[in-house]
Amino acid sequence: MTPLLQVKGLTKRYGARIGCQDVSFDLYPGEVMGIVGESGSGKSTLLNCLAGHLEADAGAVVFDTRADGPRDVRAMSEPERRMLARTDWAFVHQNPRDGLRMGVSAGGNVGERLMAVGARHYGNIRGQALDWLDRVEIAGDRIDDRPTAFSGGMQQRLQIARNLVTGPRLVFMDEPTGGLDVSVQARLLDLLRGLVREMGLSAVIVTHDLAVVRLLAHRLMVMKSGHVVEAGLTDQVLDDPQHGYTQLLVSSVLQA
Amino acid sequence: MGGVAMIEISGLCKNFVLHNQGGAVIPVMRDAALSVAPGECVALVGASGAGKSTLMRMVYGNYLADSGVIRVGGVDVAQAAPREVLALRRATLGYVSQFLRVVPRVPTVDVVAEPLLALGMARDEALARARDLLGRLNIPERLWTLSPTTFSGGEQQRVNIARGFAHAYPALLLDEPTASLDAANREVVLTLIEEAKARGAAILGIFHDEAARDRVCDRVVDVTRFTPGLAA
Ligand SMILES: Nc1ncnc2c1ncn2[C@@H]1O[C@H](COP(=O)(O)OP(=O)(O)OP(=O)(O)O)[C@@H](O)[C@H]1O
Ligand SMILES: Nc1ncnc2c1ncn2[C@@H]1O[C@H](COP(=O)(O)OP(=O)(O)OP(=O)(O)O)[C@@H](O)[C@H]1O
Ligand SMILES: [Mg+2]
Ligand SMILES: [Mg+2]
Repeated sequence: MTPLLQVKGLTKRYGARIGCQDVSFDLYPGEVMGIVGESGSGKSTLLNCLAGHLEADAGAVVFDTRADGPRDVRAMSEPERRMLARTDWAFVHQNPRDGLRMGVSAGGNVGERLMAVGARHYGNIRGQALDWLDRVEIAGDRIDDRPTAFSGGMQQRLQIARNLVTGPRLVFMDEPTGGLDVSVQARLLDLLRGLVREMGLSAVIVTHDLAVVRLLAHRLMVMKSGHVVEAGLTDQVLDDPQHGYTQLLVSSVLQA
Repeated sequence: MGGVAMIEISGLCKNFVLHNQGGAVIPVMRDAALSVAPGECVALVGASGAGKSTLMRMVYGNYLADSGVIRVGGVDVAQAAPREVLALRRATLGYVSQFLRVVPRVPTVDVVAEPLLALGMARDEALARARDLLGRLNIPERLWTLSPTTFSGGEQQRVNIARGFAHAYPALLLDEPTASLDAANREVVLTLIEEAKARGAAILGIFHDEAARDRVCDRVVDVTRFTPGLAA
């Protein structure tokens, strides 16, 4: 099987400071990769380099495209990359405000993504938007409300609907459950797990919450000072950590 | 024992290294070897701390092996890439751990059906199988739509067992499956184990309940033989 994503030697510096250094991994279809590590360890930097939001200094991000098979995203033209970001990729921001258009209705937020990939029929677009609002458990009669009228958890679910409506194959998420209370987090986790299973989605999820990765991620990478210090099956890394830093991380939090 | 083993372990070694406690090295397993044939149930025995759970966790890929071979259905878990272990766990190797761990809010019936859904079984069929098992394990029907997170210890354990037996895994690991169950439910679990053996499952189990062990296990492996410093 061809990996959906092959990352090789990805490096990003901010002047003299290391953002992330020499990160390599393969991600297969249907797999969820978790990235954990303390604040400032380079998780967001890595995710943004993968998603093309930040220009890396070195390395390759090879994506298995539908049309032409594996291609290095960093060597693609800007229009090609933008098309990929609209169709096969999705990015869920920690703050829903960064991933939603706050001045546009909930239905518009979801429909806009469909239109960006060529949908034109108003009835179909509204129908699909309604379907997705339902899947993320937002009542259909809220379709014309703006996200500003939604709670934080609802906004996050709307952001997920907006991102998944076009049927992406790869989703990047930066702290998708951060800032939400525990019961809302649980609903979101349940939702994400269902989507991963039903749509065969692959995902890279950054979080500092070990309970979240244990329940959501198949595999785990642990970052420290921009480096991946340990990687493996999620439960193995959490239950039998090999690196001193991971042992500290695992022992210093309440286990899920 | 003739035939091809489903689970075959040899030369298995493991140390724990505690990096934040002066790099203390704790040897826990030396040259462990055993095999389990299809249709056979083998019990791991030995004193507390001898390494029974550790050995079982290594078979599941939950703990890393330092060296040795852990062959399960043709895959060497000690060498396999994470996604190979994931595939093995999905289709071939089941594990009933001592404690249930679930996503909060997910209804009990979905928790039990999940391994079947992950294998691509139709939802109706998976839920029917889940309900059947929950019924057999005497979980009251009014609880099926609730999350098991608020259930009693014994109820949670039975949900865990239902989940572990939902798919007909060719290899099954059971860590104390009858602990804290009443006589009626213990009987149900022992019957499930006997049924799994009859369909050809290779089972590796830890049972402190000696009567249960004597009834379902064909052989006993004393893990103390593999405990460094204790071996004769
Ligand atoms: N635009 C920037 N300019 C300079 N340094 C930056 C910039 N963005 C991040 N850094 C630095 O790079 C390192 C990694 O930051 P990053 O945001 O990737 O961490 P993180 O693991 O996502 O942390 P957190 O958990 O707090 O979000 C930090 O030392 C940070 O200060
Ligand atoms: N994650 C771990 N990190 C460090 N040491 C561990 C870890 N897991 C187990 N051990 C150690 O390995 C040894 C074997 O433990 P294990 O849990 O396998 O024993 P056991 O035979 O299952 O005992 P019991 O009958 O009490 O359950 C013990 O010394 C234990 O402290
Ligand atoms: Mg960050
Ligand atoms: Mg034990």
